[in-house]
Amino acid sequence: MNKLISMVEAISLVKDGDTIMVGGFMANGTPEHLVDALVASGKKNLTLICNDAGLADKGVGKLVVNKQFKKIIASHIGLNKEAGRQMSDGETEVVLVPQGTLVEQIRAAGYGLGGVLTRTGLGTLVEVGKEKINIDGVDYLLEKPLSADIALLYAAKVDKAGNIVYQGSENNFNHVMAASAKVTIVEAGRVYESGMLCPNAVMTPGIFVNYIVDGGGLDG
Amino acid sequence: MDKAQLQERIAKRVAMELKDGQLVNLGIGLPTKVSNFIPEDVKVMLHSENGFVGLGGTPKENIDPTIVNAGGQVASILPGGCFFDSATSFGIIRGGHLDVTVLGALQVDQVGNIANYMIPKKMVPGMGGAMDLLTGAKKVIVAMEHTAKGVAKIVKQCNLPLSAQNAVDLIVTEMGVIEVQKGGLILTEVAEGFCVDDVVNATEADLILADGLR
Repeated sequence: MNKLISMVEAISLVKDGDTIMVGGFMANGTPEHLVDALVASGKKNLTLICNDAGLADKGVGKLVVNKQFKKIIASHIGLNKEAGRQMSDGETEVVLVPQGTLVEQIRAAGYGLGGVLTRTGLGTLVEVGKEKINIDGVDYLLEKPLSADIALLYAAKVDKAGNIVYQGSENNFNHVMAASAKVTIVEAGRVYESGMLCPNAVMTPGIFVNYIVDGGGLDG
Repeated sequence: MDKAQLQERIAKRVAMELKDGQLVNLGIGLPTKVSNFIPEDVKVMLHSENGFVGLGGTPKENIDPTIVNAGGQVASILPGGCFFDSATSFGIIRGGHLDVTVLGALQVDQVGNIANYMIPKKMVPGMGGAMDLLTGAKKVIVAMEHTAKGVAKIVKQCNLPLSAQNAVDLIVTEMGVIEVQKGGLILTEVAEGFCVDDVVNATEADLILADGLR
């Protein structure tokens, strides 16, 4: 099966109203070309699952500025003033989730778990409306899985089987999101022939990746 | 003291709390400055919650744009460090593998509750990794200015939304050092230029004076 598709084909897989997960942390490890193409497409009423709201001119922040989200689920939106404005003015629903909980909710969805139990958020606004479960005398919050229609990821190196090698701190949420969407698309800094990446060095198995787009050597 | 001197004083004092071999996470802002004052003979490894240990400063040359710290600034990785995904990063935090976290705060109260992530309707940036760090780190050190525009930040009971309950172990400010114990807040040190009464007057919470300060 050929996983390598064009940017236009990739974005045509996103539909108005879809939930999308986007990898990256403050835009480090975000697929900038896929984001740009999604901005150009003007797809609307999307729900975003991402660590943060990016920056106004970088990462998912560009989609925020273009008002393409009806809802944002993130751990932090502080570096993008427009996200804060949209939240205050009631234009966009923002759900703030502790970062470690967010990544585990995403992981649970992709790994066949009904949720995770964490002590993070106990005694805070985060626990409102959630079930508390006591295990051997210790209270935990039940945090349910978070899945998406589409995951948009970035990696420096991807082979044609979809196997991924990240560079620097660009992994962050990308690895976990790969398993948790119906369709996972990775933007490759560079695309390699299958077999060119050492199987022991692969950081995310290609079986999680449905499609690859060539990002054109973003990292040189 | 101007703001920079005041922050430097706090950062220097926090640095003295770190022990050789510890894995430490420094929050954004004032806590980050602690790394400038760690004694030569104390080797700590810094954890960056976006996914690595061995965090180094921003290099002057040979910048690698693929490496950023938890504030999104270009950073570096030191020998012995390694990268991983966010699930591993927060497994390290929640799983009891992180020795110390140093964080700022809006308010801390007498039982070690901390509010440091939002002021409703005014400042709502999100908690990022703070709630996990407060819940998971073996030792929580709050590094902050003693008051905010003259208003006490060390209070009887936090009235801002909490980031975690009973989480804080030590508070370091420009005025002194306060330990959070089961029985209450113990003032253990008063910084140069201040007396016990200065600290007590700038603190809303009840302070118990350590032996040497009575």
